[in-house]
Amino acid sequence: MMTSYLFRTLDAKAGVFIAILLAVILLVPALNILIAPDNFFHVPNYAVTLMGKYLTYALLALSVDLVWGFCGILSLGHGAFFALGGYAMGMYLMRQIGTRGVYGDPTLPDFMVFLNWQELPWYWYGFDMAWFAFLMVMIAPGILAFVFGWFAFRSRVTGVYLSIITQALTYALLLAFFRNDMGFGGNNGLTDFKDILGFDIQASSTRAGLFVASGLALLVCFLICRYVTKSKLGKVLVAVRDAESRTRFLGYRVEYYKLFVWVLSAMMAGIAGALYVPQVGIINPGEFAPANSIEVVIWVAVGGRGTLIGAVLGAVLVNFAKTWFTAALPDVWLFALGALFVVVTLFLPKGILGTIGDGWTALRQRRVSSNAQAGGGKPPKTPPTSPAAAANVDPQPAE
Amino acid sequence: MSRQNTLLYLDGVSVSFDGFRAINDLSMVITHGEMRAIIGPNGAGKTTMMDIITGKTRPDSGEVFFNGVVDLTAEDEASIAELGIGRKFQKPTVFESHTVWDNLELALKAPRGPFATLFHMISGAEKTRIEDLLTLIRLGDKRDELAANLSHGQKQWLEIGMLLAQDPKLLLVDEPAAGMTDAETMETAELLKDIAKTHSVVVVEHDMTFIRALGVKVTCLAEGSVLAEGSLDHVSADERVIEVYLGR
Ligand SMILES: Nc1ncnc2c1ncn2[C@@H]1O[C@H](COP(=O)(O)OP(=O)(O)O)[C@@H](O)[C@H]1O
Ligand SMILES: [Mg+2]
Repeated sequence: MMTSYLFRTLDAKAGVFIAILLAVILLVPALNILIAPDNFFHVPNYAVTLMGKYLTYALLALSVDLVWGFCGILSLGHGAFFALGGYAMGMYLMRQIGTRGVYGDPTLPDFMVFLNWQELPWYWYGFDMAWFAFLMVMIAPGILAFVFGWFAFRSRVTGVYLSIITQALTYALLLAFFRNDMGFGGNNGLTDFKDILGFDIQASSTRAGLFVASGLALLVCFLICRYVTKSKLGKVLVAVRDAESRTRFLGYRVEYYKLFVWVLSAMMAGIAGALYVPQVGIINPGEFAPANSIEVVIWVAVGGRGTLIGAVLGAVLVNFAKTWFTAALPDVWLFALGALFVVVTLFLPKGILGTIGDGWTALRQRRVSSNAQAGGGKPPKTPPTSPAAAANVDPQPAE
Repeated sequence: MSRQNTLLYLDGVSVSFDGFRAINDLSMVITHGEMRAIIGPNGAGKTTMMDIITGKTRPDSGEVFFNGVVDLTAEDEASIAELGIGRKFQKPTVFESHTVWDNLELALKAPRGPFATLFHMISGAEKTRIEDLLTLIRLGDKRDELAANLSHGQKQWLEIGMLLAQDPKLLLVDEPAAGMTDAETMETAELLKDIAKTHSVVVVEHDMTFIRALGVKVTCLAEGSVLAEGSLDHVSADERVIEVYLGR
């Protein structure tokens, strides 16, 4: 029932997106491993990791679009959920090092030995087990989001005020994680990872595996977001975005809806962070920097808010540009990013994807009307967009 | 009148905004199945009264009871809507980026929790109900149109449709004919009379021909309390009503 519903909600655009994503997931590792390094089509190792990193950014952008684009919650603190997922993964990777650390302690990570700690803090328990750590990747950001959202949404904090406290949240965590006695490696964070699930983290096959995992995580989360936003719940979210108090007078408990989508989104951001860390090889408090979270919002705005695909597109494009700029013209990047944001806000308020979508619709309408004027051709088929029209095609609702 | 047999019971309700008494010792009773028209000058507190009934504004003092037993001052907007009080706003508020169909689907009486809506599949009965409503509010050919693209009058009707979709016991309708042509105003009056056969309705309106067409008991509010109450002829003959509202 659910799957058939999911597939019915997939339109052409989503189909193309999924096809491209699948192709990337298959081709990049294949061209990396199967093609000889001197061949033109070979994808070098560094590029696999770089693109894998883009995919995790894309997932982070997707999670921001879910709350901002569909429910109007402008989060300027999603970097916090991303970093928490990253730390959960980092803790697992630290425990994997075992006796191979500089001090050779079987349980204590190097930084704890360095701080003269005698035993593992309680919140590090369990992180030697992959299943537990991977669960924490979602649960830790989920719990933080739940507690934060519970208070913020129940007190009806909205708009700019909410955005500001999300910034405060990530900033507070930044300061906290900088402290050595927090037990997360302080300033230096967690690094010097050796292996993941028994595979050497530096090996190109592991890199390819992480790339595939990032791609699949993005795909699965995209399908979940798609299902959520096309469901009746998704319609309630858009109603909340456009007229929050009206939605309340219809009997919907707006705070529960926000909480649901907020926690879901935070978990996705956590997964993104967890896949990011093994690929870049480090997690430190810098990931909590408020500017990071703001940058994510720019990716989404550039790609097209409320389109899901646009968020992915924006994240990849902006980060590609960032990679290029920081290598070629490092001083210019921040100005370029600022200019990009201004240009998009002023001239492409719907972002790249929204603008393309509008152009496409306009073009098709023009073609339809010119067809009608010429009197030739068969009348354009109107797509069965309404549920009622869909019902005519498919009178038996799928079970 | 004893509170027990009433649908809506307001007693001694007052509310101030920054020291200004918008509602001042207001008492009013609506019985089961009744339709009531509310008139009164701008700023009389008509909309504020609806805000109080629907949980948007908390009264400083006084009692507000629904069905004789439910204390509305202790409930929030969502639970008051769930109790069966629907509201149409003075300024038509529909969900602009949803289609007419989706607006009605969202309003339709159904479980309101997030998990219920996440897994909700629209049923045949629900589709029929929406079709019926579309016919009733004459937006059948606009079902796929975004609500943003409707005319002012059509938005008013869509909002009335959404109100009916909720299937409330009591409908609070704030200035439904505002911005409508004379013909549309009369149609709206007919529609409301139809609705009143099966629901209790409180309707605020300025248009006297509209009020006359409804032919129901009228309450005139002024400065936050009841000035006069009774048939339209009785109320419009009242000296004070003429002075503060009808003019001359
Ligand atoms: N939330 C509010 N804050 C401050 N003043 C308000 C508020 N709501 C209503 N008022 C004031 O209360 C008075 C009654 O307003 P209202 O109920 O809208 O009148 P009506 O609907 O009868 O025209 C007005 O003077 C208005 O300015
Ligand atoms: Mg008013």
